[in-house]
Amino acid sequence: MVIIETKNLSYTYPGGTKPSLNDVSIKIKAGEFALITGSSGSRKTTICRCFNGLIPHFYKGELEGEIRVADKDTTKHPTFEMAKEVGLVFQNPENQLFALSIEKDVAFGLENLGVPREKMRQRVDWALKLAGIYDLRERSPHEISGGQQQRVAIAAVLAMQPKIIVLDEPTSFLDPLSAKKIFEVIHDLNRKLGITVVLVEHRLDLTAKYADHIIIMDKGRVCQDGNPRTILGAESTRLIGVGIPKATLLFQMLAKDGLKLGSVVPLSSDEIAQSLLEAIKPHD
Amino acid sequence: MIEVQDVGFTYPSGVEALRGVAFTVNNGEFIAIMGQNGAGKTTLVKHFNGLLKPSIGRVLVDGIETKKTSVASLAKKVGFVFQNPDHQLFSETVEEEIAFALKNFGFEEETIKKRVTWALSFLELKKYRKTSPFMLSGGERKRVALASVLAWNPEILILDEPTIGQDYKQKEKLRQFILQMQTQEKTIVIVTHDVEFVAECNPRVLLMTEGRIVADGQGKNILANPEVLAKSSVVPPQVVQIFSRLNELELPKNVIDLYEAKDLLLKKLEKRLR
Amino acid sequence: MSVFDGLKYRKVSSPIHDLDPRIKFFYVCAIFVGAILFWTILPLLILFAIQIPFVLLAGVKREWLRSLRGTIFLAAIIFLTNLIVRYFASGGALLVTDLEFAAAMTLRFIVLVGSFSVFFLTTSPDHLGLALERTRMPYEFSFAFTTAVRFVPVLAEEAQTIMDAQKARGLELEKGNFLKRIRNYIPVLVPLIVSAIRRSLELAEAMESRAWGATKKRTNLYILRLKQGDFILFVITIVILMVTVYVRIYIDVPGLSQFLSGVS
Repeated sequence: MVIIETKNLSYTYPGGTKPSLNDVSIKIKAGEFALITGSSGSRKTTICRCFNGLIPHFYKGELEGEIRVADKDTTKHPTFEMAKEVGLVFQNPENQLFALSIEKDVAFGLENLGVPREKMRQRVDWALKLAGIYDLRERSPHEISGGQQQRVAIAAVLAMQPKIIVLDEPTSFLDPLSAKKIFEVIHDLNRKLGITVVLVEHRLDLTAKYADHIIIMDKGRVCQDGNPRTILGAESTRLIGVGIPKATLLFQMLAKDGLKLGSVVPLSSDEIAQSLLEAIKPHD
Repeated sequence: MIEVQDVGFTYPSGVEALRGVAFTVNNGEFIAIMGQNGAGKTTLVKHFNGLLKPSIGRVLVDGIETKKTSVASLAKKVGFVFQNPDHQLFSETVEEEIAFALKNFGFEEETIKKRVTWALSFLELKKYRKTSPFMLSGGERKRVALASVLAWNPEILILDEPTIGQDYKQKEKLRQFILQMQTQEKTIVIVTHDVEFVAECNPRVLLMTEGRIVADGQGKNILANPEVLAKSSVVPPQVVQIFSRLNELELPKNVIDLYEAKDLLLKKLEKRLR
Repeated sequence: MSVFDGLKYRKVSSPIHDLDPRIKFFYVCAIFVGAILFWTILPLLILFAIQIPFVLLAGVKREWLRSLRGTIFLAAIIFLTNLIVRYFASGGALLVTDLEFAAAMTLRFIVLVGSFSVFFLTTSPDHLGLALERTRMPYEFSFAFTTAVRFVPVLAEEAQTIMDAQKARGLELEKGNFLKRIRNYIPVLVPLIVSAIRRSLELAEAMESRAWGATKKRTNLYILRLKQGDFILFVITIVILMVTVYVRIYIDVPGLSQFLSGVS
């Protein structure tokens, strides 16, 4: 089942002279872990804003083409209605926490929706536990690290029980270890709860291995769309200037020098190490 | 040259951010200071241009003790580019932004003009000379911030988290830029947790944990040592991760470069496969 | 800065912290009214003393004293202005009563700061926002209030970073005459304002994405319930209020000088 679909979507910000999105047609299936990547200025953030109707409701501007998310036309449903279907997590953890305690922040969306207190408490605790920050629930946002703040932001959208979670470069302010933890939390949500994940990221080293589907954007257009192994393994992708995982690069470089390591393109260090070990086995 | 002599620093709030830090940055060196957020990296480099003065110990820049001089006079020698360009851009045009520091340092009108033009062309910003810095993209703003510091030609350059939010191409440009600075014998200190970037550059690495320096040495020796890295919560670079899973191939331990890794693997495997 | 330190809430648990903010605010107002009613030093001293058990019970002695210490400068100004005005008003003569009057005015100020400081030191801004909501004020106001409190430390830190960044480019804030010094702050203020605007846009975006304005019937994770302690404080406050009003109207409180001479 397709849960996010755009057809010939084009968008120009108010006062903009050039369209920011240009004829974007993509399909994301329910339960997928989709990775959107591309260089700076490829308009990855802009497409995220379309998914819950921030574009066009909050940003105005000119939107053409079709977009359906969770069976709703986002241009016809206000953002607060889309919020029940799509949770958005932004880049800067600091600017998406408003309350003075963690749990109050996680409750914010539910409060807005008018969820009764008992039910709200249950859902808040559930989301806090899934994000692994239950013990921090009474702390204030400036008493915790950036990585923990970002997990609060994830719990906050999770509490609203959306079908889709969209994360816009959620780890670019974090150190690699905190980033890894965030990706693990997201991966778990996808695998255990079946939540559709759309992750915008240019650190493919850490994320490619989780993805079922990769979309590469360039200057507001989609330039690659499909299976991560096929796309990241292709020579043409490297030329777009996307940060291909080192493991995949090594695989390509070895192949160029005549050492073929099977047909499956590796996306992580584990995978390439495995193929290397297998390559030497029969000759032992 | 920067000499850090048994420096300890405690913030007024009582947080002890540096403890017993001692090392020397030699002229022309390229150093990466690594460690988790909150390990004291930024606190440490703020001592290099006197923004912070040690609570205990001394910091000497070219033999001058930072406690005994002003930030303004140290800044002339030590250029400091902050992580977020938006924390410093305020002028109406890019040109004025770059001239700001030069005016503060009292350069002649003629020199200012020359230096601004040089910095603009060096960082490929010429076409934005009269543009407002606020109209530029994130990557361009970062370049303006860098140009505004390079303009006065400091001997030592400190870059705080230069790769944050930068894509693959921008990082590659940054690496080229640092190499170029190296050929001009500039001293470069970067503060970063981007382990892949450091692996590509292979500078001297100072690893920090809880305000202390826990390792100091060539990048390939430190980044390929998983035990040391684990102590300071740094994830090893991919190449090291791959090699650490290939124990039976008896590969050398200190490899962080992708090309070196490829050559070694080819040599090993060719022998084995034949 | 130290006056503000006295207003900084720190999360601890004490009988005072657990009290309902509305009742606590009522108490602070009663002290306020009392302080305004009296012009002589004795009742003000008593009002000051009343707060001490309150502070001790809350365990915020250190912070409270620090905020009082922060008032020294302003207190000195109040004392001197009163003294000077009195001096000229009485035609160049200074009496003991003038000194006493100036001291009383200063003490009144200290009582006010002290009571407000106790309130803010022992009331979580979250609870305060909740109390504001309960007064049937539109939710937007209490939200704006708690968000402002949330971002004060963030902005303070940001201002420091910006100052450091500009100092690193040779800006000397303390250099030059008065006008020049004001101009020196432009390179600090512009980035601070631009970043605050950018931040508020990002906040608005995040709020929208979390169903802001979905329903008029908003619910709340927390609830304020009056407990036994709140009733006790309520009664105490009523007593304080009645006694002060009674004393003000029916008893002619002697000044300290009269009082002392009466004793001897």
